[in-house]
Amino acid sequence: MVNKSQLAGFGALAAATALALSACGGSGSGAASSSSDSSAPASSSSSSAPASAAGSLTVWVDSERASALKDVAADYEKNTGIAVKIVSKATDKIKDDFTQQGSAAGGPDVVMGAHDWIGELVKNGIAAPIELGDKSADFSDVAIKASTYQGKTYMLPYAVENLALLRNTELAPEAPSSFDDMIATGTKAGLKQPFVVQQGKEGDPYHLYPFQTAFGAPVFGTDANGDYDASQLLLGQGTKFADWLSEQGKAGTISTEITGDIAADKFAKGQAAYWLTGPWNVKAAEAAGIKIAVDPIPSPTDQPAAPFAGVKGFFINEHSENKLAATDFLVNYIGTEPVQTKLFESSAVLPALTAAADKAASDPVIAGFQKAGENAVPMPAIPEMGVVFENWGVAEAAILDGKDAQKTWNDLVTKVEKAIAQ
Amino acid sequence: MTQTAEPGQAPSGTPAPTARPERRRRGDRVGPSLGPFILKLVLVGLFDALVLLLLMLLLGKREWTIFGVVLVAAAAINVIYLKKGALPAKYLTPGVVFLLIFQIFTLVYTCYVAFTNYSSGHVLSKPEAVQALLSQNQTRVPDSPAYPLTVVSKGSELGFLVVDPVTGQAQLGTESRPLTDVQAEITDGKAVSTDGWQSLTFAEILAKQNEIFSLVVPRSDDAADGTLRTQDGRTGYQFVSGLSYDADAGTLTDTAQGTVYTDGGKGAFVSSSGETLMPGWSVNVGTENFTRAFTEESIRGPLLKVTLWTFAFALLSVATTFGLGMFLAVVFNKKGMRGRKIYQAIMILPYAFPAFLAAMVWAGMYSKSYGFFNQVLLGGASIPWLEDPTLAKIAVLMLNLWLGFPYMFLVCLGALQSIPDELEEAAKTDGASAWQAFRLIKFPLLLVSVAPLLIASFAFNFNNFNVIYMLTGGGPRDMDAAIPVGETDILISLVYKVAFTGQERDYGLASAFSIIIFVIVAVISIVSFRRTKALEEVN
Repeated sequence: MVNKSQLAGFGALAAATALALSACGGSGSGAASSSSDSSAPASSSSSSAPASAAGSLTVWVDSERASALKDVAADYEKNTGIAVKIVSKATDKIKDDFTQQGSAAGGPDVVMGAHDWIGELVKNGIAAPIELGDKSADFSDVAIKASTYQGKTYMLPYAVENLALLRNTELAPEAPSSFDDMIATGTKAGLKQPFVVQQGKEGDPYHLYPFQTAFGAPVFGTDANGDYDASQLLLGQGTKFADWLSEQGKAGTISTEITGDIAADKFAKGQAAYWLTGPWNVKAAEAAGIKIAVDPIPSPTDQPAAPFAGVKGFFINEHSENKLAATDFLVNYIGTEPVQTKLFESSAVLPALTAAADKAASDPVIAGFQKAGENAVPMPAIPEMGVVFENWGVAEAAILDGKDAQKTWNDLVTKVEKAIAQ
Repeated sequence: MTQTAEPGQAPSGTPAPTARPERRRRGDRVGPSLGPFILKLVLVGLFDALVLLLLMLLLGKREWTIFGVVLVAAAAINVIYLKKGALPAKYLTPGVVFLLIFQIFTLVYTCYVAFTNYSSGHVLSKPEAVQALLSQNQTRVPDSPAYPLTVVSKGSELGFLVVDPVTGQAQLGTESRPLTDVQAEITDGKAVSTDGWQSLTFAEILAKQNEIFSLVVPRSDDAADGTLRTQDGRTGYQFVSGLSYDADAGTLTDTAQGTVYTDGGKGAFVSSSGETLMPGWSVNVGTENFTRAFTEESIRGPLLKVTLWTFAFALLSVATTFGLGMFLAVVFNKKGMRGRKIYQAIMILPYAFPAFLAAMVWAGMYSKSYGFFNQVLLGGASIPWLEDPTLAKIAVLMLNLWLGFPYMFLVCLGALQSIPDELEEAAKTDGASAWQAFRLIKFPLLLVSVAPLLIASFAFNFNNFNVIYMLTGGGPRDMDAAIPVGETDILISLVYKVAFTGQERDYGLASAFSIIIFVIVAVISIVSFRRTKALEEVN
């Protein structure tokens, strides 16, 4: 009896140690880089050195893109001998893990992310500038603008996302000419909730931003270089938008009760004819058997309703031991047309490289999003945007729920102003 | 709600079969423990193999402290399990190891972080921050051309062989020697080789990539001309440094403005006029996080409000669950009630349901226009359960009541059944009413055994993160507070928000909060346990 339980206890200890070991062990890229140090250029003749001598790259990728990137990485390894290790990470964890563990041993060399992280990553000293040189001309303007922060490029862009209007062509055969036209058409078709856009208890300012721009109220102004300037808060110009939002809340056309799931459900069941959403929801809508068309966002005013552009790309870890290989991987490989096209095929999001984007736009859905994003501006990446997001959504939700529009909006502006001034 | 051991129902070991001693004697013919001994050797061997792997990894990363700790610990474990005797140590070691890793280390690390400024912009060490600052301030000379570049070496010296894009002239430079004209073989506008220097292949470049990445070749003797660097080993660009680092003085200097930034002592470089350079680094700041929690206006107000609600939440949770649980226990303790077992089983159901799952289901049921409460129970009312500050608090308490009463029911039922019936009978004989018998005899006796559990339950609810986070997320937001805090936030969910949400993370402050919470819970528990002892003595 005694011996057995003793052993069982020891077995448990051994198993737990194994777990602890695997957690501590990390990716082991440190070992790889030290081995590459020792293999000095002894042989000058071999142009295709074995992979071990060329070192390896650890790339953190969000779990949805991991499989697509694995193929791409395998090709790169074949060409250069640099082993690329793809580590799949949960989308909402990548940024935090990168900032906290980036400088530690075994951290990633390259990290997939979004342009609105740049301000935070630069402030934490974790992202390295990438010099694109003349190659920057090959990318779309909005992609380069979004990847640039304080005059330097910190991200190699690969895709550009923006919101657009998905339309159920059976319920609404024509693209709406304005917001009111859209609601009127849908109501005529006998729908109780013709238009859905995801909100929630704390609001969703990203999805309401197109309407806000239609009232001429961006968040921040830009300085002479075209960079967002935190000292120019233009949110205060949005009082007319606040009034409009209040009306929509009362009429029920936009509601905090509609979460992302409810919006998707209503559109999939044909209870809503229009859905303001991004390319990530196209597959779900098509899978539900809805015939869709992608239109520009209908404006409630005579100005265009411009959404935010979100640019996806790759960062290089400032504290990586393999920055040269990482730069080569990004600039001379990910930034080329065949790779961007390949990434597009798996993600169905418009490529950042113009040549690949033109190819991709043969698909009417992609072309639709591209057209809807014609006026799109990059979401500000400056750290001050954090304060805005902290207060923006709840204020909009409060207005939709019936709070006084003018007062709530003005409170929002003063609160953000105060927080930025601190 | 507490997951502490249930009273009574001690796992009664099955009585030892009578045949056992006999069997053991029969087994003696193989020797006492050869089979287990081999198994032990295999397991120890496996463990040592894993330790060896870990030690090698640590060696590669030059983590000497951890290396030493692991080595000593592994040696101790080997001795303990290979030595004869030392039976208590054999049992205790796994527990102690886990205690050290998962409890003591976490505690010590939290205390350590509470005294640092570890937060957004202060996650690096000082050398890392300097490196990042220098790298971020390398600016490409405006309108300068790109240089097709070949990395060359002579002995251990590295150099860049480039073609001037304007003149088409091949040039060579090293760290100490600015670019000078050389004769070179040029193919497709790129100088591929020159006499006396060896051109590196891409694989060779990768083998020395850090040296090459940080190689800075002056363009001319004039420093204002900038320097040539390469990021990919194929193309060079002309950069000027916006900042220069003086390692001896430990200062950074803005090369254009001449501003000198010195270590301000708070984990960042500061100029004489008070301008701060970001990123900074993590340093010890003493008790600053604690003073901030109590003195900074934007934190103190919300903190006070949240603390009050945390107390209210924990106390009311204990009071309501205990009240309902005890009431039901008294009612269902009546002997001879039909189907008593079935009722009791149903009563315990919520206890078997994972709390976080229940919270998510209840969040859906509280929904204003789609929820079960409003749609079914209240016939289509639109009560803002989770949107109104007061209602949200009630909603949280109701969920916690549902989750918590079965535990109290079980506890009280067990305690009631252990009170001898004679006491009640004696009281009744003396002319006491049923209520008097309960209030004066049963309830005090019940409290003796249940009071420590009530204290434990209070401590648990004080930090009941699941229920708050999953049901309301701390919401609805307090629109007047300067930090994003909600009306139902308790201290622990506030700590979570400070540390892990938004763009401004403050791990140091959050750790300080956790220590404050620990102190509060510890003090309350100690005081209450003392008072419970007094209760026991009275009886």
